[in-house]
Amino acid sequence: MKKYLLPSIKLTLILILVLGVAYPLLIAGVAHFAIGQGKGRTISVNGKVVGYENVGQKFTDDKYFQGRPSAVDYNAAGSGGSNKAASNPDYLKTVQERIDTFMAHNPGTLAADIPAELVTASGSGLDPDISPSAADIQVIRIAAIRHLDVAAIRKLVADHTDKSWLGPDKVNVLKLNIALDALK
Amino acid sequence: MNSEITGVLVTFFITLLIAFPLGKYIAKVFSGAPTFTDFLSPFERFLYRTCGIDPNKEMNWKQHMVALLTINLVWLIYAFFILLFQAHLPLNPDGNGNMTPDLAFNTSISFLVNCNLQHYSGESGLTYLSQLIVITFLQFVSAASGMAAVAVLFKAFAGKTTGKLGNFFVFFIKTITRLLLPLAVIMAIILAFSGTPASFDGKDTITTLQGDTVQVSRGPAAGMIAIKHLGTNGGGWFGANSAHPLENPGYFTNMVEAIAQCILPMALVFAFGFFINRKKLGYAVFGVMTIGMLTLMIPNMLSELGGNPALAKIGLHDHTAMEGKEVRIGVAASAYWQVMTTIISTGSVNSMHDSSMPLSGAMQLLGMMINCFYGGKGVGLLNYFIFLIIAVFISGLMVGRTPEFMGRKVEAKEMKIAAIIALFHPFLILVGTAIAAYYPQAAWLNNPGHHGFSEMLYEYTSSSANNGSGFEGLGDNNIFWNISTGIVMLLGRFLPIIGPVAIAGILANKKYTPESAGTLQTDTATFGIMTYAVIMIVAALAFFPALTLGPVAEFFQLY
Repeated sequence: MKKYLLPSIKLTLILILVLGVAYPLLIAGVAHFAIGQGKGRTISVNGKVVGYENVGQKFTDDKYFQGRPSAVDYNAAGSGGSNKAASNPDYLKTVQERIDTFMAHNPGTLAADIPAELVTASGSGLDPDISPSAADIQVIRIAAIRHLDVAAIRKLVADHTDKSWLGPDKVNVLKLNIALDALK
Repeated sequence: MNSEITGVLVTFFITLLIAFPLGKYIAKVFSGAPTFTDFLSPFERFLYRTCGIDPNKEMNWKQHMVALLTINLVWLIYAFFILLFQAHLPLNPDGNGNMTPDLAFNTSISFLVNCNLQHYSGESGLTYLSQLIVITFLQFVSAASGMAAVAVLFKAFAGKTTGKLGNFFVFFIKTITRLLLPLAVIMAIILAFSGTPASFDGKDTITTLQGDTVQVSRGPAAGMIAIKHLGTNGGGWFGANSAHPLENPGYFTNMVEAIAQCILPMALVFAFGFFINRKKLGYAVFGVMTIGMLTLMIPNMLSELGGNPALAKIGLHDHTAMEGKEVRIGVAASAYWQVMTTIISTGSVNSMHDSSMPLSGAMQLLGMMINCFYGGKGVGLLNYFIFLIIAVFISGLMVGRTPEFMGRKVEAKEMKIAAIIALFHPFLILVGTAIAAYYPQAAWLNNPGHHGFSEMLYEYTSSSANNGSGFEGLGDNNIFWNISTGIVMLLGRFLPIIGPVAIAGILANKKYTPESAGTLQTDTATFGIMTYAVIMIVAALAFFPALTLGPVAEFFQLY
């Protein structure tokens, strides 16, 4: 053991410099040329940063499209899911409450029509997206509050839907809401 | 076919396409044959010279293990003390505090042993300095340690009778310079250009569109996220791991990360075949592992895609199992990842396993309980080797011949080691869970009933398998869990490395008898099925009762 101790210590010190210092510095240097310079991609409205493209935000106001329930209340100083089991009775009560709340804010909607993701918490608590159907179901409410044409908002949703032959279709809630604010 | 299923299939086939040539390359690197990365050899020579390592001095299996344990001990002490005093060290823009001694004990072991169980959240539990010089550093070197250990197995069966099995430090250093570091640089750049933070700026404070003030954690994460997958480590920069939209910004990065965690474990199996010049054995082992993977993947996938019946009961027509999952990743890619991350011992998550369906939870647990379908970096193949030796022995008895593997007789001593190692993993898991279940545990558990039991079972399974994922609802940052899982992780790492390496070393030293007509062929489909049966029977006998109390009972409650 003694024989290997000194080489081990020396090797450790050098590798700390290579792997723990030089490597991250290199990546940070290269990332400087990426969008957002490696600090995260922000979105600005009228020159003011209103959020990060990939980090979901809380929208409680009925005039905005709302994202998914969050176990961390969309505070990105932390992250995490509810970790509730599918069979947990308290959890199912919470889901029921979310369904009731949603129906109260969206009169005329049937419980059966609500997409599951709007009443279940995301894994990160910061999910920036919803599915196109989760956006569609909110259109009538938003049109009524903003006195806008339903068709115009549906088109907005369609324009903001990311489709790909790989993976699910999605709509970025923050971008959609910014576009909604710009709609006159 | 829908785009989610296509995504999963494409991901798997790209993984295969990369893993195969990578296996050839690894075999070359370990055998010292010329490769296109030889331009790195001056740097390696610099390391040998500065550290006083003689690269030409070969070691026997015992010297290998002593060298591995010595350097691991250095890392453990180093990591423990940095974590303990991190608040006073530089690069702490968010002003995070020191770790408590029990948490530092758990965390330093966890990253040392390639487990990456996290009883803290990255946003608040670590400084940038700790993330880089402790966590990222250990993610590289722990993976390389596992690779250096499996290289002994390669050497042991490559030649005729020999006690000289290469040099630990050479295998270790080459794994870093020729494999992990170059791959990590490429992947980290891909992630950084896909939206993962890589700069040293601290938390940002912003006013949202709706007018709330929130903070956004950031940091030099891209490099760490690259090695966390390539090294099958799994510990995340952020608390939510790869479910976090900065750690895994889109479906493309999700594919990249899913591929990255699988390529080296798969490549190692091919590399073994190439290195010992028995390609067919490599393919046979890969075949068994893939069938094993599918055995877990298909039920897991179906049960996740089937949705949560409890949501249907309260009136939702769309009862997709979206709790704990992300919209951009979707159910299929989450289910794929749940299985891969548990069989490969990565333990990173892109969905919260605690919220997955009961049958999926059972498959995830089984993946870690078996722990050798592809398996972790180096150690997966070592675990598989234990079952292979047991299968050789049983087959030998069945046909009435002396059990032999690669021209060497398998005798009582090797069998004892193999049996102890095969039983040690269930022992650690079941005894740990039994003790935890005996404690008054109400405050720990996030879910009642059978699922609560599963949370404890999962924690010890993950610790002993050095996986690192969790049913994260468990309140695990306290002395009981920090200390007990710390000990389980240590034992679950080093004994399953020493055992198979010892068997390989002992066998390598035995007289080599050339194959004859009476030799048991280990590269056939029949023997593959035999090995698969041994693995499944051992797992079923050891774990079925525990699984019945947890996920199986929950399944019958829910459906």
